[in-house]
Amino acid sequence: MINSSPKRRSLSLRAREALHGYGFILIWIVGFALFTFLPLIETFQYSLNQVTVTARGISLNFIQWQNYTRALFTDPNFVELLISYVIETLVSVPIVLIFSLIISLLLNLDFKGKGIFRTIFFLPVVITSGPIIRELTAQGATSAPGIANVPAVAEFLLQLPRSLRNPVEYLLSSFILILWFSGVQILIYLSSLQKVSNSIYEAAAIDGASSWEMFWKITLPSLSGATLVNAIYTVIALSHFSENKVIQYVYAQTYNVQGGIGYASAMAFIYFAVMVLLLGLIFFVLTRGSNKE
Amino acid sequence: MPKLRRPNLDKIRIFFLGSRNQRGVIPSAGLYMLLIAIGFVYLYPLLFMFVTSMKSPSDLLNPMVQWVPTELYLGNYEKALRVLDYPNTLMASVFVSVVPSLVQTVVASLVGYGLARYRFWGKNLIFVLILATFIIPPQNTVIPQMLNYRSQGLLGNPLALILPALLGQGYKSAIFILIFYQGFLSLPRSLEEAAQLDGASDARIFLSIAVPSALPSFIVSFIFSVVWYWNETFLTSIFLEGGITTLPMQLSRFVQAYESLYPPGTVNIFDRLNEAVKMSGTFLNILPPLLMYFLLQKWFVESVEMTGITGE
Repeated sequence: MINSSPKRRSLSLRAREALHGYGFILIWIVGFALFTFLPLIETFQYSLNQVTVTARGISLNFIQWQNYTRALFTDPNFVELLISYVIETLVSVPIVLIFSLIISLLLNLDFKGKGIFRTIFFLPVVITSGPIIRELTAQGATSAPGIANVPAVAEFLLQLPRSLRNPVEYLLSSFILILWFSGVQILIYLSSLQKVSNSIYEAAAIDGASSWEMFWKITLPSLSGATLVNAIYTVIALSHFSENKVIQYVYAQTYNVQGGIGYASAMAFIYFAVMVLLLGLIFFVLTRGSNKE
Repeated sequence: MPKLRRPNLDKIRIFFLGSRNQRGVIPSAGLYMLLIAIGFVYLYPLLFMFVTSMKSPSDLLNPMVQWVPTELYLGNYEKALRVLDYPNTLMASVFVSVVPSLVQTVVASLVGYGLARYRFWGKNLIFVLILATFIIPPQNTVIPQMLNYRSQGLLGNPLALILPALLGQGYKSAIFILIFYQGFLSLPRSLEEAAQLDGASDARIFLSIAVPSALPSFIVSFIFSVVWYWNETFLTSIFLEGGITTLPMQLSRFVQAYESLYPPGTVNIFDRLNEAVKMSGTFLNILPPLLMYFLLQKWFVESVEMTGITGE
């Protein structure tokens, strides 16, 4: 036994390490199978069926892709909600990114009372929940103060074509709400700003670069990783938010006699697919943009 | 004489406009004004909520009263406390956010440690799946779980929220696993290796060496988990339907609850439901996380740096 070859011993050490590692994550693997993977498969199965809930359980009636075609071609609301979700997300993500970048650049400066402002800008992360936002929106407290009520703005909105008016209206009525989604992103930008070495800026200053040039040539490129993380985080936060209109529609259809579980499941999958496409689009735009540098 | 005045002028110029090494008064004032202006817009909904919640019914009708109510009026809070059934829903909310958070934090630390310290086949796959749990919308997995709980008689039971947390699938669990992964990676391995040579078991090393040194990760994960569970309403309202009622759930049915306590036909005009009462209810809802935030703000705002979750 003692003379066993060193190779075999190291292999068994390796296998032992792996085994112990699996021991730590086993609980997660079981949980993933039970609470994510199986329910996902089951939901997909429901989406291909007419599901009726009975006293004993549920009964399935296979109808192929009919739930999907109904959501995409017959339902007058779903596609419209989906389109406005895409537009609102595409409007919100750049706003969140630019706003959190500006705030993090300001907070990265050296001044007294920095901590207070950092506390203020992170505050919404702690209190944002569906019912809170619903109450605040109902009272008109989330619009850019005063702007939406100015008659000239209302007049201007009427002049716009409908496709352009919806995003602008959304922007005006929920401006602060969009900004409230920036809390985590500000911190992520801030910590990556603090990682940029000061000597690069000093060297650039000696070479005569202005602070404007330094921002575009040094700061922004070094934030590209953080920007990607922030963009993806923003899309997911917006898409999972319980006040999201598509989610509410799907939820309402789940308990609807006309809709039912099968139909809601099909819509959930369409929504998921659209969300993944959006993530892919944003990933593509951001990585291509930074590769050009 | 002119030679004497020049340095003075320079000093004045530096004082106002600043020099290479220090910011002058004017740029500083500009910076503060900008931050205060943005901060005001940012906090506008909260200020609006707070001021409105203090308005008496006559202040609400008076167009002259915008920001400063004419009297200190707490009647809205009295009503909102009753309508929200505050003591009960508060306890329910605390329970429903603290218990799953504790469980979720412990499990996430185990998983994060396993990923950070051991080499094994399929680790990248596990990472992909962890990210997938973060991306998959809850409505794609919630219905079968709900039906399952219903057939087990667990619907409305807090266990419906605790069980997923126990198996590492709690709310936003991916973030907590990554926090622990980064936290353990950033710790030196030498102590753990020394303990291993001394023959300590893995569980012992984890409990007596890794856990104490990863305390910041535990605190950050726990407080964020509590706050997110507190504010989560989609899963909570589906899983707890018919069982205990949390504070945000009661806020969503505020109007019905108000009307059952103060039936619209029978109360006088000052006791009708108005936005001041609603805003009081909303404020009572965010008060606990708000207090927690102000007490533990350092842990919240320094979380990202502390745990090293950034672009990489």
